[in-house]
Amino acid sequence: MSATNDLARLMREKAEAVGATVVELKNLKEAFAYALDVCDKKEACQLLVSGCEEKLSDKAEALCETKQEKVVAAPNLSDDEYAAFSALCAERGVKCIREGLRGHLAGIDIGVAHADMAIAETGTCVIDSTSEELRLSSMISEIHMAILPKSRIKATAFDAEREVNALINTGTPRYTAFITGPSRTADIERVLAIGVHGPLELHILMLED
Amino acid sequence: MQTAKTLKEYRKELRESLDNEFLREAMDKFATAYPVSRANAFRGLDEKAMIAEVADAKDAAARNMDGLYAQFKAEAEKRGVKVHMAKDAAEANEIIARIAKNSNCKKIVKSKSMTAEETLLNHRLEDDGLEVIETDLGEWIIQLRHEGPTHMVMPAIHLSRYQVADLFSEVTKQKQEVDIQRLVKVARRELRQHFATADMGISGANFAIAESGTIGLVTNEGNARLVTTLPRVHVALCGLDKLTPSLNDALKSLRVLPRNATGQAITSYVTWITGANECRAAADEKKEMHIVFLDNGRRALAQDPLFSQVMRCVRCGACANVCPVYRLVGGHKMGHIYIGAIGLILTYFFHGKDKARNLVQNCINCESCKSICAGGIDLPRLIKEIRARLSEEDGAPVEATLLGKVLKNRKLFHTLLRFGKYAQKPVTGGTPYLRHLPQMFMKDHGFRALPAIADKAFRDEWETIRPRVANAKLRVALFSGCVQDFVYPEQMKAAVKVLASRGVEMDFPMDQSCCGLPVQMMAERQATIDVARQNVMAFDAAKYDYILTLCASCASHLKEGYPNILAGQTDMTGKVKLFASKVIDFSSFVHDVLGMTADDFKGKGEKVAYHSSCHLCRGLGVVEQPRALIASSGSEYCPAQEEAVCCGFGGTFSMKFPELSKELLDKKLNNAEATGATRMVADCPGCIMQIRGGAEKRGNRMKVGHIAELLAENLK
Ligand code: SF4
Ligand code: SF4
Repeated sequence: MSATNDLARLMREKAEAVGATVVELKNLKEAFAYALDVCDKKEACQLLVSGCEEKLSDKAEALCETKQEKVVAAPNLSDDEYAAFSALCAERGVKCIREGLRGHLAGIDIGVAHADMAIAETGTCVIDSTSEELRLSSMISEIHMAILPKSRIKATAFDAEREVNALINTGTPRYTAFITGPSRTADIERVLAIGVHGPLELHILMLED
Repeated sequence: MQTAKTLKEYRKELRESLDNEFLREAMDKFATAYPVSRANAFRGLDEKAMIAEVADAKDAAARNMDGLYAQFKAEAEKRGVKVHMAKDAAEANEIIARIAKNSNCKKIVKSKSMTAEETLLNHRLEDDGLEVIETDLGEWIIQLRHEGPTHMVMPAIHLSRYQVADLFSEVTKQKQEVDIQRLVKVARRELRQHFATADMGISGANFAIAESGTIGLVTNEGNARLVTTLPRVHVALCGLDKLTPSLNDALKSLRVLPRNATGQAITSYVTWITGANECRAAADEKKEMHIVFLDNGRRALAQDPLFSQVMRCVRCGACANVCPVYRLVGGHKMGHIYIGAIGLILTYFFHGKDKARNLVQNCINCESCKSICAGGIDLPRLIKEIRARLSEEDGAPVEATLLGKVLKNRKLFHTLLRFGKYAQKPVTGGTPYLRHLPQMFMKDHGFRALPAIADKAFRDEWETIRPRVANAKLRVALFSGCVQDFVYPEQMKAAVKVLASRGVEMDFPMDQSCCGLPVQMMAERQATIDVARQNVMAFDAAKYDYILTLCASCASHLKEGYPNILAGQTDMTGKVKLFASKVIDFSSFVHDVLGMTADDFKGKGEKVAYHSSCHLCRGLGVVEQPRALIASSGSEYCPAQEEAVCCGFGGTFSMKFPELSKELLDKKLNNAEATGATRMVADCPGCIMQIRGGAEKRGNRMKVGHIAELLAENLK
């Protein structure tokens, strides 16, 4: 058990070092509540960070305007989990979706996904993203949340290798993502800027098993 | 890109870079910040072992390139991908243009791919009337400016926020503020619409895993994920060198690549794409996916006994990050498309010798790149080898050939050097080859004072000063190198005094000559071999415990270079091995072998700075010994900034590119002066010639000399 906690501690340290937010929660119920709390607090179209307030060309502006209400997506929850989560969302007046993400390319507020495992040494979440909906929700959400049972944390990429291989090499098409912190760039004068194309924030919701 | 046709034109371009103040400042900041973040990223890890694992894995993959390709193709096609092989750049572009046409694509979004830069893919697609949009922020910026990248990882490192703001103002037709965070958000929104409406996405690939037909993409921005997800067609363009048997090998490279590139343990995103995935924009909800492998000389290169190591490159860009020349002149002057040390080499192989001819001259041989390369590639050696090939193919310049001829005849060479003492002026003007012998014959080098030939060469004094030692425990043969023999014999004498104090018996074999590094730098292959042979034969290595030299460049050339240079000479195999094994530098000998400590010196508390010569600290890995000796000598060691950055001498380099040599020297002197030291020592007479000359020219009072002199003066 303490090995699990050591890995969880390392995971937190490394993920936070690259700008991820890490919270430890008891169960999925708390995770859903956390997601919606964060959603409540954020602006619908994150005016100050994501770029809508900038002076854009007409076409880019038009895309921005297509987004008005708060939207969360949770494509890889099981049917039961999704039912529970979308009920909570309804209570708070937030739109919850699990498909049709292509209709929201201007951006959604929060994407929530189960992570398959994590690599503590680098603070990385591993997410099977073969479903296009899941892929998109992890790319176009302004805040991405990965739900991670502590028991799924491996020490190094080599410790995760066998299981990663099982994800990428099944004989059928697969899309597998290692995600470490939010989207970043340093392309202008080597100054770090967060959220150039992908999420502006990554939250890792670590659950007790 | 390289457009200069002659060395003169190239030097003019270099001048323009040197005069670009923003570039200089940006490069300086980067050059000082990078080593710190890299060191942090590798802290606690066995960096050398990690690099060796990458090298081994990549070597094995290169040997089996065709087999891996066949396996990859079979696995990927099983999973619905069409795999293509392009023999050269034009064919790769043709294949991709045809895919676009057949699938009725009009608009293309691209994520970063150096391979697509190599083939100049965008030009071709645009010629076909396609709209191509780069989505990596840096690539988008340079695309809008119609430029090529100046760094493999940070393509727009040469541009300022002001330039970017102006550019974005033009694109959006709105005045944009000069604020990096906001500019990045403008790009986010402007580019999002293009992802949403593109028909085709083009990516590169960092890995191509044969076992599962998977490509791996290593990115920070997340644009590659959108490029490979949103459009209905995906084409990945991938060099054959990216093939790897298994995920395990890919993970090995992945441990080193981001650490080396940007000092990150891993990038924000690493994406593994296996097969043609779900795509709701396609009619059958399945992505049309193509992977185009590019040969363009890679298969031949993989078979080359020396150059196959080029295939180990993971394109981390680090060899530019640490290169003192890149720091001065920037990427557009340090590669045609690929940049940095590897850029010089790949330019020759991928873009031909016309593009490479001037570029490959622009390496000072400081070995910084070699010491950090993610694939452990011996980059400076390969650069020197390309110079040799070029001069064999094109004929060598007159000076190089003459110097080669002179060096082959030791007696003539030494006579000329002695003659130089009497006739330095006329020689400078009248005798072309002497201009390229040691520096004192050079004009146009006003940025540093040049020394004169000593009255008496060390070799001519040897018999009279030679200490007679009875019952010696150690027998040492001295190798002086030409500079200490003819210009700075006092450095040799100082070393003799230190060694004699410990009863070391010394010999000075008279048949020794120049080590040959200058002719190797000038690409005279035969002379390089001949001189190496001559020196090995001059020393009866079995008779000595050590062959000692005070010149770091000679030491590294004798020890590391000779076994390679003489590899083809079967009669020399045993001899050169023994010879090289005995070679040792002065500081290591005094510190490690003689074990001299503070007890041996009296010292007077002088403040002493140290210059860590390239060929000592990187060439031979000698780092602590000289610093410990400075302290032992009873002096106060004053660490300077960037002690291990090249002083700009580089032998013949400083003659070809005096303007670059001067800049490096200025930095060296500024850093030394900032320590408040009154003296600076080094382990190499070439560096001393450069730094002392610069200090004299500045009229600062800092004394510059060899560490042997400091020790000799302070002996008890
Ligand atoms: S040896 Fe030094 S100068 Fe030459 S390419 Fe490498 S880092 Fe640059
Ligand atoms: S040659 Fe080495 S250091 Fe340079 S880009 Fe390639 S792997 Fe990186």
